[in-house]
Amino acid sequence: MNFIVEMQGITKRFGVVEANQGIDFDLKPGEIHALLGENGAGKTTLMRILYGLYRADEGEIRVAGKPVVIHSPKDAIGLGIGMVTQHFTLVPPLSVVENVALGQEGAVTLDLDQMRQRVVDAAKRFGIEIKPDALVRHLSVGERQRVEILKSLYRNARVLILDEPTAVLVPQEVEALFQTLNKLRESGMALVFISHKLNEVMELCDRITVLRDGKKIGTVLRGETNEAELARMMVGRETFGVVRPAERRGGEVRLKLDKVNALDKKGLPALKNISLEVRAGEILGIAGISGNGQSELAQVLSGMLKPVSGTVWVDGKDMTGASPADFAAANIGRVPEDRHSGVVGDLSVAENLVLEHLEEFSRNGMMDYASVQKFAQKMIEDFQIKARPQDPIRTLSGGNMQKVLLARALAHKPRVLIVAHPTRGLDIGATDYVRSKLLEQREAGTAILMISEDLDEILALSDRIAVMYEGRIVGIVSGRRATPEVLGMMMSGALEVDYAEA
Amino acid sequence: MEAFLVGLIAATLRVATPLILGTLGELFSERSGILNLGIEGTMFLGAFTGFAVAYLTGSLWLGLLAAVLAGMLAGLLMGLFTVTLGVNQHVSGLGITLLMTGISLFLYRVIFGERSVQPSIPTFPKVSPFGDTPVLGPIFEQYLLTYIAIALVPLVWWLLYRTSFGLRLRAVGENPEAADAAGVNVFRIRYIALAIGGGLMAAGGAFLSLAQLGSFIFGIIAGRGWVCIALIIFANWIPSRVLWGALLFGGVSALQLRLQATGAQLPYELFLALPYLVTILALVLAGRSAAAPAALLKPYRRE
Ligand SMILES: Nc1ncnc2c1ncn2[C@@H]1O[C@H](COP(=O)(O)OP(=O)(O)OP(=O)(O)O)[C@@H](O)[C@H]1O
Ligand SMILES: [Mg+2]
Repeated sequence: MNFIVEMQGITKRFGVVEANQGIDFDLKPGEIHALLGENGAGKTTLMRILYGLYRADEGEIRVAGKPVVIHSPKDAIGLGIGMVTQHFTLVPPLSVVENVALGQEGAVTLDLDQMRQRVVDAAKRFGIEIKPDALVRHLSVGERQRVEILKSLYRNARVLILDEPTAVLVPQEVEALFQTLNKLRESGMALVFISHKLNEVMELCDRITVLRDGKKIGTVLRGETNEAELARMMVGRETFGVVRPAERRGGEVRLKLDKVNALDKKGLPALKNISLEVRAGEILGIAGISGNGQSELAQVLSGMLKPVSGTVWVDGKDMTGASPADFAAANIGRVPEDRHSGVVGDLSVAENLVLEHLEEFSRNGMMDYASVQKFAQKMIEDFQIKARPQDPIRTLSGGNMQKVLLARALAHKPRVLIVAHPTRGLDIGATDYVRSKLLEQREAGTAILMISEDLDEILALSDRIAVMYEGRIVGIVSGRRATPEVLGMMMSGALEVDYAEA
Repeated sequence: MEAFLVGLIAATLRVATPLILGTLGELFSERSGILNLGIEGTMFLGAFTGFAVAYLTGSLWLGLLAAVLAGMLAGLLMGLFTVTLGVNQHVSGLGITLLMTGISLFLYRVIFGERSVQPSIPTFPKVSPFGDTPVLGPIFEQYLLTYIAIALVPLVWWLLYRTSFGLRLRAVGENPEAADAAGVNVFRIRYIALAIGGGLMAAGGAFLSLAQLGSFIFGIIAGRGWVCIALIIFANWIPSRVLWGALLFGGVSALQLRLQATGAQLPYELFLALPYLVTILALVLAGRSAAAPAALLKPYRRE
């Protein structure tokens, strides 16, 4: 067997947590090897070790048969190993070209034209669409992802690690990504593909390694397994999806937008004449490819972005241009788009939980830590968060962090709930959990506006679905009548549906 | 009036020189993500080292070279604290300032002892590219170091935006994790930036002792390092704006000296405060768009 990478007996401890326990993992040229496991299973940790971002406490790594010590990403790159990390590692104020070429400039002085040409050529060669001169700061999540992938390919990687690359992509983009990955596999590269979506893994990968609680459960060939078996290996039981009960027309209108227009950071129109309403007890899904105004919509509804025209009503009250504090006071709960910007990383789980309602937990300006602790303990139990109240929140896995955000948003029985990408990057168990919590809120009569790029999620939960394209709502359809095909066409601007229909 | 303006402009360039050098030094440091409050002490060290070496060897250029080297060492020491040991940047910087001031004063005593007459050296001569031409002649009769300082501004711009080192430096100051993941050695870039920065700061100090004064006194820097800290914010971390900021401060300083000389019936402290008031005002006006390097003040650690 000529493996390109062999990891043997890898153990990594963070304090008392054993994130990896004696894991063996290998890679062959020309294969896509999936790494599966629930949130916190240790997938990212294992791959960060291979990429030199963490140092293993025990174990050994061989590349092309030779034992190696990988101290830093620079070493890894030198060995032909590239990684597209779960949280983007891009420099926002630099351009796309500068980000891709960073560290690989080739000469002491920069020939900007030549650098640009090389990056553009590479993008063309790998079939990746980029805007070479745009600042990364101005790109959408999906666009940043493509820059990340190109960055690794640009470094002549023979091994490419992709940590949940599809979590931020819409179906069309996933298709394009898979084509790219298939092409790379044919060229003899070895790819590691981390995902929580079993159908993706079954479609794309040759071998599948499953981790659970830091231990390796096994490696199976795609041809010799099925989704049920993989799910069993991951969580130790079969899982079932969560689906909304019968669709319904909600109660009174809780949130209403009328001809709202807003500008993005560059001062360009991002929201164009957005009109919609969300009623008590219904979920309105907002579908669309990232960068079509969803982020700005969420910002307008949290007071972070002031519309230039139009009106926003909450419970019949005009809230146009109100401050974030006003929106919080009107009892609008929100689960933000970017988990990491929704929390303060260095503060503890407990502190993050009470952050938005400090006045309830303080007396005469002094924090009442006993009640904070009690509240946090209760939330951790209610929402099955795997953490202690005093843990810094940045050490939590994605799923647990999302549960904290959800707990914070739901604890105050919001009248309106704005959630963006509620299950992005979450494993099957956590996804089911979050979705069931949203449905619980729906039953309780909350008006929910849910932004998501995951069509399965939109279809499974929404009573009505509004599709956004280039800042407009190109149609609102009922959840019952919508199909992935119709939504896909609307999301790409090929089809418009009359508003009145739903 | 013409003589007044000519004198004013000439003085502006002179006053601005150490500020340009010091602020460019701070620019390197901060663009890499490190606030170097050691600037005041590093300038003091530069003024002392330049003077002492020039005095002992009789060569002004050797003095300048020694000052730059000493400044680079001070920068590397800052790196040891903030980059390698991850100590708080404010504390490290203030510590460097106190340490460098102390070392300089101590060595001055050791070398020169207590003297009734202040030791002095002949200063750098002025050059005057326009000779006796009216207006231009006297305005541009300046020390060579002034021209070097001004020429450094486009050079630093070029280094920052047209070399791979500059690209890495900007990346490290904005997002060290990303730079690291891209294979850039964050620690090395920061050390280099601090060394270059320290060298420039020390050159700014040495300008005062080797060109302007020809001697070394305790109050030689007189807070210029702190002014540079303000100027870098005013300049929005952009080289060309460092020049304009230094000229603005230099201009107001030169103006207040001349206003004092006119014998106006106002307390002279008011005039002394003028440049600082203008700096604060300029900061208020310019500060709103300020875009500090995102990683400033944050030590970088890998797990
Ligand atoms: N830097 C760190 N400090 C402390 N604990 C950490 C650190 N990184 C990871 N952990 C812990 O190690 C365990 C494994 O985390 P890891 O990120 O590898 O999981 P994962 O399988 O990638 O999960 P996800 O699907 O959520 O990305 C978790 O319990 C996590 O909290
Ligand atoms: Mg992970």
